Amino acid sequence: MSMVLAVAKNRLMNLKRDRAAFVLAFVLPVAFFTIFASIFAGSGRATTRKVSVAIVDEDGSETSRRFVAGLKAEPGLSVGLKPGPENDPIGPFYTAAQAEQAVRKGEVPVALIIPKGFGENAIGFGPGANRARLQILADSSDPVAPPMLNGLLQKVAMTSMPAAMARSGLAELEKWSGGLTPEQKARMDQAIGAIEKPSDDAEPSAGKAAGGGGLVAVETRDILGETKKNPTVTFYAAGLGVMFLLFSAAGAGGALIEEAESGTLDRILATRVSMTRLLLGKLLYLSCVGVAQLTLMFVWGAILFGLELWSHIPGFVIMALATALASSAFGLMLASVCHSRMQLVALSNLSILLMSALGGSLFPRFLMSEKLQKIGLITLNAWALDGFQKIFWRDEPLWAIWPQVAVLALLGAVFFLIARRVAQKWESA
Amino acid sequence: MAGSPLPLEIRSLSKSFGERRALDGVSLDLAPGEILGLLGPNGAGKTTLVRSVAGRVVPDAGTLRVLGFDADDDRARAVRGWVPQEIALYALLSPRENLWTFGRYQGLSGGALEAGIRASLGWIDLADRENEKTDRLSGGMKRRLNIAAGTIHGPKVLLLDEPTVGVDPQSRERIYAMIGELKGRGVSLVYTTHYMEEAERLCDRIAIIDHGKIIASGTKDELVRKTVGTRQAVALDAAQAIPPALAEKLGRLGAAVDGTGVRLSVEDPAGEIRTLLELFHAENVPVRDLTLKTPTLEQVFLQLTGRELRE
Repeated sequence: MSMVLAVAKNRLMNLKRDRAAFVLAFVLPVAFFTIFASIFAGSGRATTRKVSVAIVDEDGSETSRRFVAGLKAEPGLSVGLKPGPENDPIGPFYTAAQAEQAVRKGEVPVALIIPKGFGENAIGFGPGANRARLQILADSSDPVAPPMLNGLLQKVAMTSMPAAMARSGLAELEKWSGGLTPEQKARMDQAIGAIEKPSDDAEPSAGKAAGGGGLVAVETRDILGETKKNPTVTFYAAGLGVMFLLFSAAGAGGALIEEAESGTLDRILATRVSMTRLLLGKLLYLSCVGVAQLTLMFVWGAILFGLELWSHIPGFVIMALATALASSAFGLMLASVCHSRMQLVALSNLSILLMSALGGSLFPRFLMSEKLQKIGLITLNAWALDGFQKIFWRDEPLWAIWPQVAVLALLGAVFFLIARRVAQKWESA
Repeated sequence: MAGSPLPLEIRSLSKSFGERRALDGVSLDLAPGEILGLLGPNGAGKTTLVRSVAGRVVPDAGTLRVLGFDADDDRARAVRGWVPQEIALYALLSPRENLWTFGRYQGLSGGALEAGIRASLGWIDLADRENEKTDRLSGGMKRRLNIAAGTIHGPKVLLLDEPTVGVDPQSRERIYAMIGELKGRGVSLVYTTHYMEEAERLCDRIAIIDHGKIIASGTKDELVRKTVGTRQAVALDAAQAIPPALAEKLGRLGAAVDGTGVRLSVEDPAGEIRTLLELFHAENVPVRDLTLKTPTLEQVFLQLTGRELRE
């Protein structure tokens, strides 16, 4: 038993000396727990996700205005009525085409069109009721926003449009009871008029959100996924592709550490290869491997899951090049700041899994809170995934990915310059 | 050769790492086709000196020219070769791939590179194993490949840093032969070693470095003459305690007597040993053992540095 304890103690002594192993064992799990808990579980109101919705009120009636006001008061929704700044008093309102474009571009995950005649015929009871249909324009890559909006529409119909509901109920009553007397009708109109008076308290009470969906007729149109064979495969191909690109770039960048440890780096730097040339050569190699990895991933996705690669080749090539370049420079930077393989393993695991979680490689960013979505933009994953989504999901033209390409190129340049600077430690003493 | 730059010209070279002064005004020349042995205890500054010549250490002061070029000049890189002490090769690559890599890094390409690879593989006797992984080769083979990787571009000045560390005697002989061939091609070499017999056998000239300074340099004979002198040491062991009468006569010869042992420094061994033996014969004292020692580089080193070479 004492020998067993001696072995255990020896391992403990080693762990205390090996900072990288220590980080892997204790810091990494806690860091990940914190990050994932923030992303998946949320931690209070600050991180709870609001669904952004662009609303087009084609009806413009009192009823539709009350309805919109009710939607605006919903804490789970962030309502936009104008493509420009919402508080601009003379700014134009969304048209249906603009709202559709906003969904297509990913500015909002969902849009609502309130058609003409909604105020007249907003609510209907019973089957076959002749109601004006609200139209939800959805981006089905977001599985949460459309059903959430639909549910809230029913709730707000109950709480914000009591007059319309009463009229509709009265019509049903007349239909099935054989009609009201003129006196009864006059009293009902008076009562409905009283309800219609503008109320200062536009905010509906959550307690009143009775179930009984289907008060307002809603038609959902998936404007992005309707022609796609397999909508989620793009997300996974890009998300996992970028994450593994980072891992392999960091691993391959570690060759630099091995060269330093074996004395090979010293020998190379005594030849006609300077440190800048050496790092550029490694960057070229890592970028080529990265492009090959992404190509393999997407070709495989195309063959097996119907990912629409063949119709998006130019966009794919540009995004693959930009992503591979930035990832490779990141790998070189990690390798240059580390002093041993073990350090590199710890640092790359920590940073890449963190970047992948925040940047949307593991969990789509549009499902995160706005705050986390903004934080995610510090990662190259987020920019790479946004670019791939624009090409493959939103079918946007090539020029539309310039911000993503520019940011990835800039990140690549910054990472490379840091790597070059830190690599001075291996140059002449 | 008048007016041609020397393969290596070092003047007042100094380098400190923090408080530690690794090189302290080193001046040294390397003549064309010469093998210069660089000896020194651990931490004496020889690695810093070699790395300075290799362009891997930037001196704080002084000048260093490789065939007239600054050490970090591309032209110096082209004419200089460096064989580091470590097996600085890619273990997963084959000998051919390693040679391709370092040949290419030295600026060779096309036919010249292929010719360099073929010649090197033949020279180090690895042509039949050119495509095996390097980590499967024996220690001696790796050492030879390590040398070839530093010489594939045909350098005129070669730095060899302990090229025989950890190899068996047979492989060591093979490496000595390779060094002889390099010298035959007119390559000028700086050779650092811990093996005194290597320095004696291979080097035309030896420089001894200690505390960052060259404390002596010259041929082996010159060093011996300048330090321990040319006198040889005679040690005699008698079969019995030396009687006082004999001890007195030995004292007159300048010998030191201790019990049965006698120590004597001689200029003319044949004559002086004869006199010594005649004294023992005359006193009828039997001699059990007699040795004559010629001064060695080891003694020179010990005398100059106060330390053994392998300390």
